[in-house]
Amino acid sequence: MTTYLATPDPATATHAAPPPLAEPSGWHEIRLTVNGAPVTAQVESRLLLSDFLRDRLRLTGTHVGCEHGVCGACTVLVDGEPARSCLTLAVQCTGAELRTVEGLAPGDAPLTPVQRAFHECHGMQCGFCTPGFVMTATALTEQPERPDAADVADALSGHLCRCTGYRNIRRAVCQALDERFAGGPAGRGE
Amino acid sequence: MSHGPQQPTPDGGPWTGRPVPRVEDDRLLRGNGRYVDDVALPGAAEAAFLRSPHAHARIRSVDVTAALAAPGVVAVWTGADVAHLPAMLNREELRTPPGLAELLDPYVAITPMPLLATDRVLYVGQPVAVVLAENRYLAEDALELVDVRYAPLPVLVDPDQALTDGAPLLHDELRDNTAVAVATKVGDPDAAFASAHTVVSEEFRAHRYVASPIETRAVSAQVDPYSGELTVWSNTQTPHRVREATAHTLGLDAERVRVIATDVGGGFGQKGILYVEEMLVPYAARVLGRPVLWREDRNENLTASSHAREQIHRIELAADAQGHLLAVRDRITVNFGAYNMTGLVVPYNSVCHLLGPYRVPHVDIDVVGVLTNTTFATPYRGAGRPETVFAMERAMDRLAAELGLEPAELRARNLVGPDEMPYATGLVDRSGKPQSYDSGDFPELLRRAVAKADVEGVRARQREGARDGRLVGVGFAMYIEATGLGPFETARIDIAPSGRVKLAIGAPSQGQGHRTSMAQIAADAIGVPFDVVDVVGGDTSATPFGVGTIASRALVNAGNATHRAGRLVREKIIEAAARRLGVPADALDLREGVITSKTAEEPALTLSELAGRAPLPGTPEPTDGRHGTELSETVHFRPPGFAVSSGAHAVVVEVDEHTGETEILHYVAVHDAGVIVNPMIAEGQVTGGIAQGIGGALYEEMVYGPDGQPRTGTYMDYLVPTSSEIPDLDLDEIHSPSPMNDLGVKGLGEGGAIAPQAVIANAVEDALRPFGVVVRRGPLSPSRVRDLLREAGRPTAAR
Repeated sequence: MTTYLATPDPATATHAAPPPLAEPSGWHEIRLTVNGAPVTAQVESRLLLSDFLRDRLRLTGTHVGCEHGVCGACTVLVDGEPARSCLTLAVQCTGAELRTVEGLAPGDAPLTPVQRAFHECHGMQCGFCTPGFVMTATALTEQPERPDAADVADALSGHLCRCTGYRNIRRAVCQALDERFAGGPAGRGE
Repeated sequence: MSHGPQQPTPDGGPWTGRPVPRVEDDRLLRGNGRYVDDVALPGAAEAAFLRSPHAHARIRSVDVTAALAAPGVVAVWTGADVAHLPAMLNREELRTPPGLAELLDPYVAITPMPLLATDRVLYVGQPVAVVLAENRYLAEDALELVDVRYAPLPVLVDPDQALTDGAPLLHDELRDNTAVAVATKVGDPDAAFASAHTVVSEEFRAHRYVASPIETRAVSAQVDPYSGELTVWSNTQTPHRVREATAHTLGLDAERVRVIATDVGGGFGQKGILYVEEMLVPYAARVLGRPVLWREDRNENLTASSHAREQIHRIELAADAQGHLLAVRDRITVNFGAYNMTGLVVPYNSVCHLLGPYRVPHVDIDVVGVLTNTTFATPYRGAGRPETVFAMERAMDRLAAELGLEPAELRARNLVGPDEMPYATGLVDRSGKPQSYDSGDFPELLRRAVAKADVEGVRARQREGARDGRLVGVGFAMYIEATGLGPFETARIDIAPSGRVKLAIGAPSQGQGHRTSMAQIAADAIGVPFDVVDVVGGDTSATPFGVGTIASRALVNAGNATHRAGRLVREKIIEAAARRLGVPADALDLREGVITSKTAEEPALTLSELAGRAPLPGTPEPTDGRHGTELSETVHFRPPGFAVSSGAHAVVVEVDEHTGETEILHYVAVHDAGVIVNPMIAEGQVTGGIAQGIGGALYEEMVYGPDGQPRTGTYMDYLVPTSSEIPDLDLDEIHSPSPMNDLGVKGLGEGGAIAPQAVIANAVEDALRPFGVVVRRGPLSPSRVRDLLREAGRPTAAR
């Protein structure tokens, strides 16, 4: 999306400073972990986390749908919690551990139970909102105890999907939760 | 209907009809989608558009000096800088089909939209200048430095007002603000109205709302330094049209332009038309000699990408004492916004879908499309049908109330029967031929919807009265949809030496799962396993011709093109195998990629053995003097007419008298789209369409102030339903194969979205029946329901 020619490998890269976004503006060196790999970069104050991930790290699985925090397509996990990368500045993430959709099943690794559930339940059509939903659902499955129906409803209401009518997304999330918490409360529909 | 996890078992049976899991999912789930903004174009400049803050104004001056001097700015162009480019967008959509022109002589005013406004702006959001900079941040910084002086002009928002004498003219070259006008008559409607037992007359308004795909529009372009070819990535539904228009605007041969629409994050019609931004980005890439990217933000998408739905219907029904319809009269006004972008498409769809599944002997419909100072309106999922169904189905309920009949019973008395198919309505269809419903069973659709809706239960609860102020109601709505719009669609099939099948189709996918359903069709047609078929769509280099994925047409047209191409390739394979084996062709069969002799036990030859052992790749043997016997075929399928889908929806709602909130208790949809290729994908399409319809029925509205300022420019104001608002649906289906094509398929991409507004309005009015409320427009948000109750003299909770 930008003119930065560096195509850094998140696993190894220390990123050189790109051309300025604007003047005057502060520059910061940030150090963080992205999908398990250390990343060091020079960023401008106003650089959004979504743009940092997409343009600087070329992690384009994180999608931007509204840029004002409503649609949820840009959701990534920051220290395990779902966060909207379009409302987060990259500089805020110093020291953070970030996970994006690319980190779930890298390369040819088998899909995670959440990803598999979205496929098996037809919980996606155009696929644009999907990474955001998948990251939120992943965080749900990583809770120590099974989230109750209200928690699930609450989590899903932070995401917009325009294709599926949500039913199959709910099914997918329930299937993934059932699989994760097999010994827990019986899987309820909603 | 549940389609849980399952793997198809290649037992030699047909792939068509199975809920084959989608092959596109794995890539998308790993974050490996390739949407426009994901394609890395090193060295790209980014574009940002300066848009009019006025709904109607004269441009007095534009000064770009400061913007040009801003950091990182590469270029700033105004209307004057690009006025030499011959923009003529959406030419295909603006063309009146010859048959329609001959029979109805419609009026169509063409209002070319300038690439950038020069002397006047006609809506808030109209592009006035474009900044190209090193990145989007810098481009947006510079936008603020472009100094435009405007002289505001009088604003027209209301279409009725725009048609009054003396209203300001939006386009100087036109006689008034009429964009299109067409009228049609069947029989003697005046006499029928004069002799009717009962006449109902109402005014219904379909409100304005928008497609709102989660991926906003985007386009990028670069000139390939090696080939000189212009490559455009666009999230369009119609890549071939983008290629033609771009070539026209830039003065290139279309063959030197390649348009790629690989992954598209939802379209729903909004990405089915051509936009000025789509032309200017490739222009910039050529002029600057470097790649250029533009991605719309959400505010731009809501305010400056096309809107839809806003119509006024002044409708009258005439019936006899038993409720049989004698005549329908409707005066339809469509708010086109500032430019006529798609001509008759939406207005005429509204005309020729008004009668729906009902038998109506006398008809009198006219429609005008009106230009106003609002964002242009174009087709959105259903394209004129949800609006017209809202009017007709609301009118049917008013007639039922007038006659004291159950709404479902009134409908049942007027349905065209399955024994009457094909059924001629007396109207003319959109292509200019006599309108004909090819097949269907409307009474069965209604019967199933009624059976599921528990009308008696609702009536019993209504007799008990409201519980805690919660009023229950039930509603019905039915529709027909002409699907599979022509003129053609293309499929090309190549058998590779490995035996893999490459299928290229003209129609791209915006989530409809073409890679899966088209591969199912190809596998059956050729006789190969599903998983050896690779499908390419949305790339003009893969098929030189194509139309696109719009108008519930892809499965019908691309599907049948695929089927025919597959059958032809199959014949070639068997003929080549027969030559190789020295047996007659009719002694051989091809199943799951293996050529067998009908008499021998052993498989004779695999497809890869045939295609791989060849003098040329995929070319078994040059024979009888002809050099080319490649295992390839290209088919352009031209549908002979429309494949007519149909449906009946029923809904039970509970309306809270105090808060005005409507809760959907039970949503039933019974649909008929002929033969179903992939039931899982079909169900997903229906469900998604209904969800968008529920959004329009209850929440979504694009609101303008009288000054032409949009008031719903973000998702904080424009309410797209979330998972919490969309219930599980009770779906059922029947299958009346279409006789219009070999596969018997009909389109269903739009169908789900057609009835929800009407059925929910009918149910809410039924719930509010104790207060004599008439629902005349949507969305039925809590505040609008409370307004209705207040108008009916009911005290409601304070706002």
